[in-house]
Amino acid sequence: MWTYILRRIFIAIPLIIGLATVTFFIIHLAPGDPMALYRNPEISPEVMELMRKNLGLDQPLHIQYVRWLTSMARGNFGISFTAHRPVADILKEAIPNTLQLTFLALLLNLIAGIVIGVIAAIKQYSAVDHTITVSALFIYSMPSFWLGLMMILLFSLLLGWLPASQMQSINADLFGFWHRLWDRITHLIMPVFVLGIATAAGTARFMRGSLLEVIRQDYIRTARAKGLSERTVIFKHGLRNALIPIVTLTGLSIPFLLGGSVITETIFAWPGMGRVAVGAIFARDYPVVLAVNLIAAVMVVLGSLLADITYSLLDPRIRYD
Amino acid sequence: MGQLLEVFDLKTYFFMDEGTAKAVDGVSFEVDKGETLGLVGESGCGKSVSALSIMRLIPHPPGKIVDGRITLDGKNLLELEEEEMREIRGNEISMIFQEPMTSLNPVFTCGNQIEEAIILHQKVSKKEARERAIEMLRLVGIPAPEQRVREYPHQLSGGMRQRVMIAMALSCNPSLLLADEPTTALDVTIQAQILELLAHLQRELHMAVIMITHDLGVIAEVADRVAVMYAGKIVEYGEVHDIFKKPGHPYTQGLLQSIPKLTEFRDRLAVIPGIVPNPLAFPRGCKFHPRCPVAVDMCQEAEPELRALASGHWVRCIRA
Repeated sequence: MWTYILRRIFIAIPLIIGLATVTFFIIHLAPGDPMALYRNPEISPEVMELMRKNLGLDQPLHIQYVRWLTSMARGNFGISFTAHRPVADILKEAIPNTLQLTFLALLLNLIAGIVIGVIAAIKQYSAVDHTITVSALFIYSMPSFWLGLMMILLFSLLLGWLPASQMQSINADLFGFWHRLWDRITHLIMPVFVLGIATAAGTARFMRGSLLEVIRQDYIRTARAKGLSERTVIFKHGLRNALIPIVTLTGLSIPFLLGGSVITETIFAWPGMGRVAVGAIFARDYPVVLAVNLIAAVMVVLGSLLADITYSLLDPRIRYD
Repeated sequence: MGQLLEVFDLKTYFFMDEGTAKAVDGVSFEVDKGETLGLVGESGCGKSVSALSIMRLIPHPPGKIVDGRITLDGKNLLELEEEEMREIRGNEISMIFQEPMTSLNPVFTCGNQIEEAIILHQKVSKKEARERAIEMLRLVGIPAPEQRVREYPHQLSGGMRQRVMIAMALSCNPSLLLADEPTTALDVTIQAQILELLAHLQRELHMAVIMITHDLGVIAEVADRVAVMYAGKIVEYGEVHDIFKKPGHPYTQGLLQSIPKLTEFRDRLAVIPGIVPNPLAFPRGCKFHPRCPVAVDMCQEAEPELRALASGHWVRCIRA
């Protein structure tokens, strides 16, 4: 098992380097210039040239690429063009915030998706099942930026129940732990819902199909012939087998959660990686864009590795030796 | 020996968009304690549906037992609450299936799957159930049962899996075992071993068996009485030697003729022409008449009733 994990990580290294390379050239191919931000009659062309030189932007692209790659290999992400601080520091602040959001969204996705999917499967072709199917399709096709805006409109502006943006109230630091926790929860509800509900709808559809497929299997008939209650048949014998494809789906949904967090964080002004990425892209802040991309790539690789490990826990036929 | 099971006028229909399939249409038979009844017929004749009806495991919808009576030791199973029926399944009546490869749950160990029924019906501790599971595996001839009990189904061969299925089915000492083509998916040498094992366990545990098969060779070996089914109905019913010596129904005769004999030379096997009729559109009159070599005009008009050919030997044919 451990050799398998090590091998997977080893295989992921060239993948991540390749990905970083592609991102590097794409971002440099994009029109725009990091110096555009400073173009200003007050700053003389000489100073501009000096700043360009300081940032290493005067070098030919392939030199820039090699420099960036070697410093990256040494764990140095460089310095942000706009914030003038180490990229590592910016990421250190943003990553925990994003993980908070994506982890809870993933949890919502799995819990809501599995529970609703199982209900739909058990009540196949009933009114409940049809209602779930139609709402799942509706939610799945809803653009998340629109859903986010509508929720802000309803719950923040109209009803005033939930805060519209940021991850805590301005004065939150003045209060005790429980008050702060509650403050954080109210800030989390809408972004987590917006980020998780569409994938939950997908998971529910998948779960329904998977469980219905499993229920037709011979070993379910065997379980019933033993005299087990329908509850045991479904939840012990059915669910564990039906969850196997869900693991694949969840592994595949991790990049979408990260991608979705870009939109969600922007709408809710959540100070995470997504918002950092958007800001950096508009400012052509190359070191930040590249670092965010790299982190996202690592998370995707880890997510699929985690999915494969979960497989072997669910299905004894899968062994990594 | 007294009567254990009586199936009377059982009708199990499947209601589908295309129409109603009368998979089992008025089947009656009885099984005495410790006896083996062979249920024979081609695929789709209703033998498996009959067995699943006894277990009340017909998938509903679309299937439904619409009429009849199934009495086990004086209790009408069709009148029991679902909960009472669950106490009978796996306990008084057990079932083994055709496909040992897919009939065991791949994600649980063999031991776990055997123990499940024991814990459920015998109300014993986990430890006692494990001991009983090992004992059962030993009884069905699995070597090193202490290790096998911890193994997953994919680690066993088809024959071994069928033995695990048998161990599971017999773990609560059922009085009736429904064996639905238990040897069809196995190769011939394993088939013989499994049949021998079943016969041995049947004597040991004083259990009645309904052996469902399309293989008359299996019937000749294990059955006391035989019911031949065709298109949802029993067409011939009697003692095993009567059926083999003096088959009354042309369908039974055809089935027997299609078995190759070692003593005679044949280029081609004898076959029954035609195919099993579509259950959504059975022919009028005797359902076998389109394939029958001795059919007359009258066969197309009304379906014949079962009539006694000799004492205890019944045939549904006007020409017999």
